[in-house]
Amino acid sequence: MADEIQMKTAAYICSGCGLGDKLDIAQLGKIAQKEGKMALVREHAFLCNSAGVQMIRDDIEKEGVTHVCIAACSRRAKTEAFHFPTVAMTRANLREGVIWVVAEGSDHDEVRQEMADDYVRMGCAELKKMKLPQGNPNTTRLKSILVVGGGMSGLTAAFEAAESGYEVVIVEKQARLGGWANKLWKRVPFKAPYADPQDTGVAGLAARVSSHPRIRVHLNSTVAETSGAPGRFTVKVAQESGAVTEEAVGAIVQATGFTTYDIAKLPELGGGQANVVDQAGLEALAQTANGGVLKRADGKEVKSVVFLQCAGQRDESGKHLAYCSGHCCATSIKQAMYFKDANPDTDTVVMYTDLRVPGMGEDFYRSAQRKGVIFTKGKASGVEAVGSSCKVNFKDLILDEDTSLDADLVVLATGQVPSAGVDLDAWNKVVSEAEGGSEAAKQNKSELQKTSILNLTYRQGPDMPQFKYGFADSHFICFPYETRRTGIYAAGPVRRPMDMLQATEDATGAALKAIQAVENASLGRAAHPRSGDLSFPIVRLEGCTQCKRCTVECPFGAIDEDERRFPVFNEQRCRRCGTCMGACPVRVISFENYSVDTVGNQLKAVEIPDEFSEKPRVLILACENDAYPALDMAGLSRTVYSAFVRIIPVRCLGSVNTIWITDALNSGYDGVMMMGCKKGDDYQCHFVKGSELASYRMSKIGDTLTGMGLEPERVSSYEVAITDNERVAKFINDYVAQLVEMGPSPMKGFG
Amino acid sequence: MKKRQYAFYPGCSSQKGASASNFATSIEVMCEKLGIQLNEIPDWNCCGASIGYGEGGLLPRLVINARNLALAEQHLPGQDMVSGCPACWLSTRETAEKLHESSDLLAGANEALKEAGLNFKGTVRARHIVEVLVEDVGFADMKAQVVKPLEGMKIAGYVGCQTNRPFGIAGESFENPQYLDKMIETVGAEPASGYEQKVTCCGGALAFSEPDKSQKQIRDIVESAYDHGAEMIVTPCQLCQANVEIYQSEINKKQGTKLAMPVVYYSQLMTVAYGGSLKQAGLNGHIIQPEKLKQIASRQK
Amino acid sequence: MSDSNKQAIAHYRNNFLKEVEDHVEDGEWVRMCMQCGVCAGSCPFGPHWEHSPQKIFMMIRAGKREEVLSSDSMWMCTSCYNCIVRCPRKLPITHIMHGLAHYAHRLGIAPKGQPTREIARLFWVNLARTGRVNELKFSLAMYFKDGFVQGIKNALAMQGIGIGLMKARRLNPMELLGGHKCKDKDGIHKMIAKAREIEERKQKFV
Repeated sequence: MADEIQMKTAAYICSGCGLGDKLDIAQLGKIAQKEGKMALVREHAFLCNSAGVQMIRDDIEKEGVTHVCIAACSRRAKTEAFHFPTVAMTRANLREGVIWVVAEGSDHDEVRQEMADDYVRMGCAELKKMKLPQGNPNTTRLKSILVVGGGMSGLTAAFEAAESGYEVVIVEKQARLGGWANKLWKRVPFKAPYADPQDTGVAGLAARVSSHPRIRVHLNSTVAETSGAPGRFTVKVAQESGAVTEEAVGAIVQATGFTTYDIAKLPELGGGQANVVDQAGLEALAQTANGGVLKRADGKEVKSVVFLQCAGQRDESGKHLAYCSGHCCATSIKQAMYFKDANPDTDTVVMYTDLRVPGMGEDFYRSAQRKGVIFTKGKASGVEAVGSSCKVNFKDLILDEDTSLDADLVVLATGQVPSAGVDLDAWNKVVSEAEGGSEAAKQNKSELQKTSILNLTYRQGPDMPQFKYGFADSHFICFPYETRRTGIYAAGPVRRPMDMLQATEDATGAALKAIQAVENASLGRAAHPRSGDLSFPIVRLEGCTQCKRCTVECPFGAIDEDERRFPVFNEQRCRRCGTCMGACPVRVISFENYSVDTVGNQLKAVEIPDEFSEKPRVLILACENDAYPALDMAGLSRTVYSAFVRIIPVRCLGSVNTIWITDALNSGYDGVMMMGCKKGDDYQCHFVKGSELASYRMSKIGDTLTGMGLEPERVSSYEVAITDNERVAKFINDYVAQLVEMGPSPMKGFG
Repeated sequence: MKKRQYAFYPGCSSQKGASASNFATSIEVMCEKLGIQLNEIPDWNCCGASIGYGEGGLLPRLVINARNLALAEQHLPGQDMVSGCPACWLSTRETAEKLHESSDLLAGANEALKEAGLNFKGTVRARHIVEVLVEDVGFADMKAQVVKPLEGMKIAGYVGCQTNRPFGIAGESFENPQYLDKMIETVGAEPASGYEQKVTCCGGALAFSEPDKSQKQIRDIVESAYDHGAEMIVTPCQLCQANVEIYQSEINKKQGTKLAMPVVYYSQLMTVAYGGSLKQAGLNGHIIQPEKLKQIASRQK
Repeated sequence: MSDSNKQAIAHYRNNFLKEVEDHVEDGEWVRMCMQCGVCAGSCPFGPHWEHSPQKIFMMIRAGKREEVLSSDSMWMCTSCYNCIVRCPRKLPITHIMHGLAHYAHRLGIAPKGQPTREIARLFWVNLARTGRVNELKFSLAMYFKDGFVQGIKNALAMQGIGIGLMKARRLNPMELLGGHKCKDKDGIHKMIAKAREIEERKQKFV
């Protein structure tokens, strides 16, 4: 309230970078003053230089300016110069958005100036609806980190976080630390010359972790319940004995690893036969041999062994795993060396279709060839037990013939299955059935819950959302460790299939992200991608209709429900995408600096020429993550696009409330373009589900348009990547041409 | 001017009356002008060529080459051994390298050499004349001697295999070596650019045993030269020269083509450009006459 | 079946790869092939190989001794060295092919009458006689390798070329009467005999 009383607005219009040559700066100042109602309007020839910046600072300090509109370059440029954290600020993009993209020449002077005029109007209009974000008042000081899983990834994450000065708690299901690595005889080498299997080093790491002053370890324990949010998680740790202790932590690293794909599902490859083992089984034989010759379970020395790669993996039939687990070729090479190192006369064949040994694995592969391991490019069709040995039937892919090999032992290189907990897609169905009263579903729900790792008390289910096959959902390019549960980071094979070296790198990355999360939470700031953002969703509960759209649609499970089904926001879990705001049919959710009104006011501030002007107007709602940068890049590369568009950046297409579309069309815009990130299985959306939800919402807008007597083409959607600077200009020009063809909107003049 | 001294290994095909005798003739003026002194290795023997493997086997092949190296080492100490024939060069260089790498092979070779009263210490470097031209003389000095630039001639530079692989001329690519084109430019002619058969195999020794398969290769090599507007092919290889020139009439006979593309050595171009006579350039040694080159050679300046 | 072949089979039983590693020039490289097939695609006579080098390496590992050694394939090698320079694993493929051909020839199981095998033998005999190759005698020997009548036919078929070369002074009829030779012919004979003896000694199947 106090904010509004003291509000003093100021607009600063820059004439540098050629703006003064191309635009009537005085006219822009007049618009800011008369139409924008700015209390102060100043022009400057070089606003981002020290004199310009000082001028603004002086106004803030001496004139009491609280709201600043800078009409100069893009909001993405000169952010260090125009950094005024104590005031609300808007940026009218006259450089990248106008003079760099409007065609050269005096023929275009008029439309260029109109475009600039509108951006100044929009900047002023937005400013008046903005408040300076005050930051989340519910800050917490908890900076300890919980690591779930005490294997190679978990130990590494714990050690790295502890070494960086953070308290760490490890929860490990087994009786000792080490996890999967404990079962290995040796590991694939990670040091030059990459020629021989190496010691796993897990015992040393476990010892360092156990004795670390900042690490506490719960063995024989699981997580019974996780509640709270980054900076204030409460975790109930249940011991095997049944005893429960409570830990308060700031962030969580889930490093729960993997299990092997069950070879019992591969009877055609001998799964279930006595002399057929998986790679884990072979490690057990090697540990027993302890460096000597390897013997089978029946005690017979192995004189010949065949490794079958891609067993139950890269499967195209849909029966087994469709993916490649990445580590198994190198693992088989390592295991083949166990035999060759113990007895060079062992017939050792690795049968593969494509040998995939990333990193320095090629050197390891050559080393195995030097040791005499035979690599046969072939596809096994079956493994038969013949007497006390095995017969591998296969197609030799080089010689193109069906043939067979006899072996004392067959090793199946099966894939990694993540230990990820509950599949939330299955969960959601079961929960709604259970809520509907189905006894079977209730039973099913408690069965499902047994597999849960984190047992989150979140509205959206007990674990983090997963991709198909159970790997943690994350934006794999920009934010690989970020899961869809803020403050909870996935590391190691629970995130994607990987080898031990990759898992340790992964764990280090996840530990750093966890540290960042607790630090941000303690300052009341957002995590990625709006890292450092102090705004947070504010809900006007008195207007809420308990429709639950926000609690269901939040991609990050940030919103719970109270007993009356009202939303309960957990600000620290929130990524500030605004998907809830876009979802809300009664528009009661807003941010201090981003709301239905800040955008609505902008689009209404644009002057709409009448239907005889031959000047259509197109509103572009552009995602700030990729589409808006691409538009800026179009400017930077002087790619010309139509001067009839007016662009408003949005946090995510998920935050687009349909009221903006209807308002725009009612105001007489001829069309609306929505530009966001790629959606679908290989999404690029920085908020995971935003562009998908927007697309879903827009698919329903057709009826509204028809009701208004408008063609459905008046609203269009585009997937834009950050590199699409040329494509985006083409989208605009093609769409404007299409609208010209269609003729002006019949709504013009009624706005 | 002090001449550069080299131990010279001519090879069987360069002997008088043999298939590359005109090559032997043509290098004389070239070497004279460029200050290269080739000192023939006394009593040298055949290198075994690429086909020697069938009957010869590894050590016998190495030994016959080691004999030449040992003779050079003994009689022409301190001089690089130079050959004009790629097969001779390849066999000798391979031998020198293998004996350098394996003390076992060197011991075996010396045990056999002893029978001919020789011993090889391993101090000789085996080189090709083209290496001498490119590395020791250089393109600038090669150009400086030109008195009759071969203006108006467009020539396909056909490098072939063994001058180019597996050793090749240092710094050149195996797939598209440039030195021969540069030599063509150096003598004032125009190299046929984009000649894609530059390093194609002519069939080598299999021209005798697999004539049809080899003649297919040869036809490609010649036709591509025509396609690129060349009026002549130039090559550094004796076997390439012989195969590509000699079999054109056979191909014409069997396949009804009208191939008549002259094939000459780079040394013949250089000799003519340096003012040498038709005879000095060995231009009377062709079945398909390089008429234009002959005209230039016969012209007074 | 030759004695040496019988001995080899007896000694190595099913381990053909080991036999190749022990007895074939550069045979120890066979295990390093990674089956990319670049050699097969780089060979000028590629289409004429029943089994490409890539396949031959695979066959060796699969123990297909008879099929490999009696194959016509290695004799298709023109010694262009394309496979060597392109092999990403740096296998000396040309040498291995030569080595396999030579080994099969030595064991007496290379294909009979294979023309390249025959000219390879004639070439060596020719050079070993005087130390230098006599091109005329070599050519005539090649023409007559399939008997007298065929030889006359071959010679007649190529007489145009022969006359052309003679006119160009690149084929000398006088070469038939002696021709070029090394002075130390005898030393060369002894030297080659000794080299053979050493090689035989090393190649014994023990």
